[in-house]
Amino acid sequence: MTADQIISAPKLIVRDLNFYYGADRALKDINLVIPEKMVTAFIGPSGCGKSTLLRTFNRMYELYPKQRAEGEILLDGQNLLDKKQDLNNLRAKIGMVFQKPTPFPMSIYDNIAFGVKLYENLNKHDLEERIEWALKKAALWTEVKDKLKQSGTGLSGGQQQRLCIARAIAVKPQVLLLDEPTSALDPISTAHIEKLIDELKKDFTIVIVTHNMQQAARVSDFTAYMYLGDLIEFGDTSTVFTNPKRKETEDYITGRFG
Amino acid sequence: MLNLYTRRRIVNAIGLAISMLAMAFGLFWLCWILWTLLEHGLPALTPVVFAQMTPPPGSSGGLLNAIAGSLMMTLVGTLIGTPIGILAGTYLAEFGQRGWLAPITRFINDILLSAPSIVIGLFVYEVYVVKVGHFAGWGGALALSIIVIPVVIRTTENMLRLIPNSLREAAAAIGAPQWKIITFVTLRAARAGILTGILLAIARISGETAPLLFTSLNNQFWSSDMNQPMANLPVVIFQFAMSPYADWHSLAWAGALLITLSVLTLNIVARVMFRQKTNTQ
Repeated sequence: MTADQIISAPKLIVRDLNFYYGADRALKDINLVIPEKMVTAFIGPSGCGKSTLLRTFNRMYELYPKQRAEGEILLDGQNLLDKKQDLNNLRAKIGMVFQKPTPFPMSIYDNIAFGVKLYENLNKHDLEERIEWALKKAALWTEVKDKLKQSGTGLSGGQQQRLCIARAIAVKPQVLLLDEPTSALDPISTAHIEKLIDELKKDFTIVIVTHNMQQAARVSDFTAYMYLGDLIEFGDTSTVFTNPKRKETEDYITGRFG
Repeated sequence: MLNLYTRRRIVNAIGLAISMLAMAFGLFWLCWILWTLLEHGLPALTPVVFAQMTPPPGSSGGLLNAIAGSLMMTLVGTLIGTPIGILAGTYLAEFGQRGWLAPITRFINDILLSAPSIVIGLFVYEVYVVKVGHFAGWGGALALSIIVIPVVIRTTENMLRLIPNSLREAAAAIGAPQWKIITFVTLRAARAGILTGILLAIARISGETAPLLFTSLNNQFWSSDMNQPMANLPVVIFQFAMSPYADWHSLAWAGALLITLSVLTLNIVARVMFRQKTNTQ
């Protein structure tokens, strides 16, 4: 049984995707299907292109002059790499959380309100409700409910990261991109976030890049193994980890390489 | 042949001794200057200094008109220079990755940053004072603002560049347009540093003499009309210190001490503010 057959509801379809840093080709003819409301993990050694691939999904690379992508990425059938696709609307549908927690220099409340206000004109009561909803979803509400007006930068690393998740889901995206979200966190905060990912996949399609193979095995339903810009293997996580089809994948997963 | 460890220790001792000597040499002159300033300035710094106008030789008087003039021109100069500086610095840091305009602007700004202030004074004299036909406070403020601009541009750009790109990416990832990213996230994150730069620019212009000599000149009487010649501390110090009169000398010392103390205060405030902000980040 191939992964494509298992995936009955594709959320994102990547077709012949190539990515360039200047003249360097960092992604080579990637073809991939991301299933809806599941967790898909990208694993592979440093420099294999997993973060690069993730950053094409919300066209993050457009911040930098010399980076470009070629090919197609379909979100519900629409090519999001199309220049006509409105970037800000795209990013409302596809949220992202980064490796290092990136709270904005404002209060916890404003950190979340900032994104919501970009798309919706809520009254004070509705906005407060949305902020509470997002913080509860991110399992942070009980810890911060009495200090919403305090600066977001004053929280601990793990709390900051959950604030960033709350901020991302507050705008009600369909897809959540997580770029090594726990690599800067201690084990307890990591466990928090992993538990959270399990909860969040009920509502969101999640794509996670991770250096930690155990993490990929724990949290993901599907796994893509990448190496030097190629997608080597893609399948459901248990198959990839217990019975990989490709020798390269097996070598990486068993720790003989990488 | 000494062993490696002993040699390293000797080299270290020599290096440390030389750098301590260099530091002592610099500090010696600084302390001497401050001491002389306090010795002559403190006795002259009486309440009269803040209550009366600059006197003719031989009669009693103070520096009130010069203090007020300096404050006004510094304030206006800062108000003109700061917004331009912040906007230009923001352009360089946030939009200046592509194209040729930013590198050229940065290069010209560096030249302006180290331009002798007398040149700026002469420039304003030529384009403003000559045109309106008389010295005026506006000219002084204009000259001072030209000194403020490059300082603020430089600090704004540097402070914005210290903001990690991940913060910009995070704001972009949520779909914020660039002007919102800059006004609500990066400028806000760099706020303390930019404010520090502004304070240092004010400290820099509060002692400038040459640009005012050609623009606002001086005024022996009280005047709050920026369209007229305007008294100011640096030019009064210059004029009084060069004179043969003892009472003018002591007023010049008082003025010099005043400027030094206010620059010192501004520097301390800037440092404390920057440190507090960077600690909480």
